[in-house]
Amino acid sequence: MSTNAKTRIVGAPVPRKEGVDKLLGRARYVDDIDREGMWPGATVRSTIPRGFIRSIGFGRRIDWSEFTIVTAADIPGKNHVQLIFADQPCLADGFVNHCDEAILLLAHPDKHKLREAVAAVHIEYEPLPPIFTIEESERQDVIVWGSDNVIKSFLLEKGDVDSAWPHAAHIVEGEYRTGAQEHLYIENNGVIAEWSEESGITVWGSLQCPYYVHRSLLAVFDLPEDKVRVIQTETGGAFGGKEDYPSTLAAHAALLALKSRHPIKMAYDRMEDLAATTKRHPSRIRHRTALDRDGKLLAMDIDIATDAGAYSTLSSTVLSRATLHSPGPYVCPNVRVRSRAWATNTVPYGAFRGFGAPQAIFAIERHMDEIASSIGINPVELRRRNFLHDGDTTATEQVMRDPVILDQLLDRALRESDYHAKRARFAVENETSAIKRGMGIAAFYHGSGFTGSGERYLNSLAGVDVTLDGKLRVLVANTEFGQGTNTILTQIAAESIGIGYDDVIMAPADTSVVPNSGPTVASRTSMVVGRLIERACLQLVSMLHEHAGLREHFTSEEFFAASERYRAAHDEVVSLVRYEAPPNVFWDDQKYRGEAYPAFAWSVQIAQVAVDTVTYSAEVEEFWAVQEVGRVLNPVLAGGQIEGGVAQGIGYALYEKVVWQNGHMANNQMTNYIMPTAEDVPPIHVFFEEIPFEYGAFGAKGIGELPHDGPAPAILNAIKDATGTSFRSIPLLPEDLFQQLAAREIVEEAAAI
Amino acid sequence: MSRSLRTLRFSVNGKDCAVQVPPMKRLLDVLREDLHLTGTKEGCGEGECGSCSVRMSGELVNSCLVPVLQAEGADIQTVEGLATNGILHPLQQAFLKCGGAQCGICTPGMLMAATQLLSINPHPSMCEIREGLAGNLCRCTGFIRIFDSVISAAAENRTTEQATHAR
Repeated sequence: MSTNAKTRIVGAPVPRKEGVDKLLGRARYVDDIDREGMWPGATVRSTIPRGFIRSIGFGRRIDWSEFTIVTAADIPGKNHVQLIFADQPCLADGFVNHCDEAILLLAHPDKHKLREAVAAVHIEYEPLPPIFTIEESERQDVIVWGSDNVIKSFLLEKGDVDSAWPHAAHIVEGEYRTGAQEHLYIENNGVIAEWSEESGITVWGSLQCPYYVHRSLLAVFDLPEDKVRVIQTETGGAFGGKEDYPSTLAAHAALLALKSRHPIKMAYDRMEDLAATTKRHPSRIRHRTALDRDGKLLAMDIDIATDAGAYSTLSSTVLSRATLHSPGPYVCPNVRVRSRAWATNTVPYGAFRGFGAPQAIFAIERHMDEIASSIGINPVELRRRNFLHDGDTTATEQVMRDPVILDQLLDRALRESDYHAKRARFAVENETSAIKRGMGIAAFYHGSGFTGSGERYLNSLAGVDVTLDGKLRVLVANTEFGQGTNTILTQIAAESIGIGYDDVIMAPADTSVVPNSGPTVASRTSMVVGRLIERACLQLVSMLHEHAGLREHFTSEEFFAASERYRAAHDEVVSLVRYEAPPNVFWDDQKYRGEAYPAFAWSVQIAQVAVDTVTYSAEVEEFWAVQEVGRVLNPVLAGGQIEGGVAQGIGYALYEKVVWQNGHMANNQMTNYIMPTAEDVPPIHVFFEEIPFEYGAFGAKGIGELPHDGPAPAILNAIKDATGTSFRSIPLLPEDLFQQLAAREIVEEAAAI
Repeated sequence: MSRSLRTLRFSVNGKDCAVQVPPMKRLLDVLREDLHLTGTKEGCGEGECGSCSVRMSGELVNSCLVPVLQAEGADIQTVEGLATNGILHPLQQAFLKCGGAQCGICTPGMLMAATQLLSINPHPSMCEIREGLAGNLCRCTGFIRIFDSVISAAAENRTTEQATHAR
């Protein structure tokens, strides 16, 4: 309804809602908060990847009577972190499944003594053989999870893949790998927990999903809902890394608070955060593709394996999203995707921006370039011949009912980057230069919101109320962690009612104040939650029209005056609405068929890369990101999301490598886990094409995850364009470039002799 | 680490102060714990991320690497010292307008690095901006809008200078 309407505040570059507090340094992050009588808490962790705990010893130099000590035996309810499956203990009980698994908790008023005490706890183990790779897990010689190491598997089938091979003019195969990636939010995970008889547990923390933590604490402490309260504090970056982990950390702090009767702060330092918290799932994806003589796709057979780590966390849903994004934005009559998440003895992998899509899109978009060179078609043309259009169906038989403008996005990206002219120029220059330049493309979609029936199961509730001091207050459990929730939802509320941006405030993300409007994940906040706020506002206005004499056209003052008249008669002024699925949406969870996502955001990215054949370093010189994300609600914030996602994607491709040693992250410091700095990030050119989505707030679709999906394949495609060599694995560091490029040179030199 | 206390004097944001602390205590902890200036953040504790950047007698330092002993007699400026009488500093205004702050955790350190840069080079080139901010990590923005913010604040400088000359 409102998607094409003229707007004043939606679409405008209004300043970030909490921006001034952040700029003045007065925004309160969890480590900035002090509570009367608060003690720091610490964790004793496993030093082996797998085995029985035989004994726990306490060093004699420490006066342990000063400490609060918590083990699994102190857990009043269930010893598990409640997420999808209940397989992960809150504290290891007799057995460990990965290095850095939490075994015992300590608290003491003096943080220096606490550190000494952690080192003085001696744990004896009876080690068992661990497994660390997808291949070791697949072999099933050692079973570390369930009966077969498979945490989850999916089979998606469209048409009949096997019948296609005999008719194919070309069959191209490839295997692609991605490594673990750290979120590297600049604020580490941290919480404060307090216990009292009358209120139960209160937790403040750096987190994405207050109600996830709430639900998890109910199980660990066996408490009724009103005895657990979770409050998000200002959160210094998350990227999925504060989606599930805070449930574990909050339980730890609350266990110490319950036993010590002191407020407990557990704020990880960087080394502990990197060693113990979740990361992006490593993957191995195999493609076998049949094409006809014209380069049109006939069949795609895709095999996905992810390394899930020691416990299931969110691995099943990450695998689902990887499965649904693996065929790319292409039409193909016959598709089969077989996917499995394999358990290993590393720290559990979890949610990270993109949630399985970056892995899947790396594979398909690298594979498209392999197909192009294998059958002798230009990579641009190959994509164009196979793009999805309106009316086509995806691999799940979802009909593309909304406009799909991939051709337009591609044309724009080619034009803005001067792709063709540059490629031609580089081809000439590369002949005589030690610096080889190339251009690479990635085209992709990202499904907005929860997969399949997910949003219906969530059944989110959100709304607005009017405060006694005359502000409209947005009531959501969705959190701000830099991506712009506060600003966007404020814009939507102000616009929907017709009041000023400053007339609207955000309620604290506190489970005792706000309803459960679902988690802040899956690029759902603007589109799904924003829509709830839009509806709640319109409902409030009609309530005031009907019951408080509000006229059809009104000023802010008249709106708030009517609200007070309504309050006088009804005690409170509140409007809540529940999620309603767009019509004609059908999803079959068993067959993996139907409407996988209510909407898709689309993007074409182009990378210009220079490979130095003397130092073997690859540098992204310039980057173009063209996308269609529905209506852009705030151009400054939207641009910032794209640029930040691209930078993280560049890190994923070329810089960020988790080094494992016996299942422990060996480079768990910012000194040697390297992300792109201000000197590494290229100019990033961002362009939006806007097609309002009917069921998103003011036409919005998801945006947050999309930009991280494309840089890795675009960059490696550009490196192939520059050097003629295919790289199929990320991260791609100079030593990896050296290995393959130098090997090729040796072969070429030998051939020349 | 020695726990014996020592009285140290220095100025913070133009105000003289004295603290009784172990001399090897990190300047970062003294600012946050003893002076309750929590605007300065810890990101890594090893001088890599720059979130704890403050200015110390005209130098940009990582306060997590500075034993407070070294700060004796110094003039220290933190993010809390940028705004005057509730009016945002031009860099803060530019960050607000250009989208230079997202999650905000690197922002105090980034603002101090940018302040330092503009104090020694009021009109930096893009190359100089990148170099000047290279010790401060931001995971949200991809830095682009931070560069824009610094450029915008520098342009503001130029306007102010021209206005001053015109008088």
